[in-house]
Amino acid sequence: MTVSTRKAAATGEVTRGRRARRRSAGAHWYAWAMVAPVLVVMLVLIGWPLARGVYLSLTDATEANIGRTIGVNVIPSTYEFVGLENYARILTSGLFWDKLLWTVIWTVVCVALHYGIGLGLAVMLNRRLRFRSVYRVLLILPWAVPAFVAAFIWRYLYNSDYGVINGFLKLAGLGGVGWLDDPTTAKIAVIAVNVWIGVPFMMVALLGGLQSIPAELYEAAEVDGASAWQRFRAITLPGLSQVSSTVVLLGTIWTFNMFPIIFLVTRGGPGSETEILVTYAFREAFTGIRDYSGSAAWGVIILAMLVVLAVGYRRTLRGEGGPW
Amino acid sequence: MSARTRRRGERGPLASAGLHAGLLLAVAVSLFPVVWLVLTSLKPRDGWLSAELRLFDHPSLDNYTRVLTQTEFPRWLLNSVLTAGLTMVLGVFLAATTGYAVSRFRFPGHRSVMWLLLITQMFPVAILIVPLYNLMAGLGLLNQIPGLMIAYMTIAVPFCAWMMKSYFDTVPIEIDQAGMVDGLTPFGTFWRVVLPLSRPGIAVTAFYCFMTAWGEVGYATVFMSQEDKRTLGVGLQQFIGQHWSDWGLMTASAVLIAIPAGVVFLLVQRHLITGLTAGATKS
Repeated sequence: MTVSTRKAAATGEVTRGRRARRRSAGAHWYAWAMVAPVLVVMLVLIGWPLARGVYLSLTDATEANIGRTIGVNVIPSTYEFVGLENYARILTSGLFWDKLLWTVIWTVVCVALHYGIGLGLAVMLNRRLRFRSVYRVLLILPWAVPAFVAAFIWRYLYNSDYGVINGFLKLAGLGGVGWLDDPTTAKIAVIAVNVWIGVPFMMVALLGGLQSIPAELYEAAEVDGASAWQRFRAITLPGLSQVSSTVVLLGTIWTFNMFPIIFLVTRGGPGSETEILVTYAFREAFTGIRDYSGSAAWGVIILAMLVVLAVGYRRTLRGEGGPW
Repeated sequence: MSARTRRRGERGPLASAGLHAGLLLAVAVSLFPVVWLVLTSLKPRDGWLSAELRLFDHPSLDNYTRVLTQTEFPRWLLNSVLTAGLTMVLGVFLAATTGYAVSRFRFPGHRSVMWLLLITQMFPVAILIVPLYNLMAGLGLLNQIPGLMIAYMTIAVPFCAWMMKSYFDTVPIEIDQAGMVDGLTPFGTFWRVVLPLSRPGIAVTAFYCFMTAWGEVGYATVFMSQEDKRTLGVGLQQFIGQHWSDWGLMTASAVLIAIPAGVVFLLVQRHLITGLTAGATKS
């Protein structure tokens, strides 16, 4: 299919044949020239490190045996190829499965709350009401707060001695809670922070989706006597399916890999209870004796899981006539 | 359009009150942490040592003067602004050309390009950071702002290209054709005709790029180890260490950081809704 540029398709039958082919070849040249910078950057900065990361994951490289240059002295690498040993070690350790379980809970709970609250607010904001734009700006505000600043703010709010949350609890006559000292409350705490940060994105995306649903559909449904709930089920949800599928997939990937919140709010603590896969792998690589190969293996495993997830998701969506 | 829609928009007063109550509650939750942050930063030096809910006891700018004069904060701020600004300019440019090419030309492989870009979104920091660190070290880009900027491009550009593609999809193809008829090359059409029409999309993309670089911590922690090269996300961690913490400094600097982000945000927020989902909502 050479005659597949939109331009050629739009100009129609006349341009079919050899002339069209030459023109579309020209268009391809332009297209590739425009895509090339990104592809080159991506290949050098993602492709190469990725290949190297995969290779490292098959070795026993640590800080101690990796090659480096100190001044004029070049110390050669002494690490060796060990095959799948790192993977075997990780996959048979209870630690990995613990972390995986918590990461899955974290992702599912966060994305569900993001989507649920975001949809609720979007539906409310889509109604005709006074101060709508004021509400909208105020509700998007958490998005404008950089993640690391948000993490620090919340850490202060959670502080057991002078945090305002405990301040309120004491005011209500209850004892303070050591929010970040107990595994369960610490988990609830980080999820709350992430929900606070992530809802605006979902709200904005879904509001855009809502506004693209033709009002006539609702009018027709109303004429037919459909209740509010029926209209929501039969018009709103299907109308949002395309936006939803995109943002849910993106949200899942982002949450799964959400680094700064956990890294800065709890520092993975208490112990390593709130550490998700990504933060754990990061710590492996950059604390103590840096375990480069182990951390790379963690990274490959995380990536593999996400790719499987995304491919499966894409398949399902294709079956339903989704955007991809 | 007339009578029916207006009837539909009407609600009982109870429903209206409920709607406003719900939204007010949400606004309270979304605003409270920020408000509390600002209030804390305005307390006198050791005012943060209490959670008492008194507002404006002895408001003072003490924390701000200390942050600006006695810490490395201005240095970090400069580093962050430079990094985020560069990332924004270059990121938007790259994302726009890629997005346009994929949106307009059905060249062989356009589908895989988008798919490839989406996949890069999934790369956890952990797998790239060590090889990237070695790569940067080899190129002498550690502790250099351009080095960090390049690392940020790998995070920001893929998603931005998606956003720009979605946006370009909403610009009618007839406009391009008109440009071509007037004798512009595809580059010319893109640069002179389509780009100016896509300002909202560009605004959103720029905002996203800026925020990505502004709020990143992982790469910055590892790549910018030198004291005077730190960015805000790294530097601020000093204020609340294991053994010593000063939330007065922390809150004041957090407010100062949130201001540039907030300003950029206010400038583009009008376009956020149209820009972000324009393409995704179009079948």
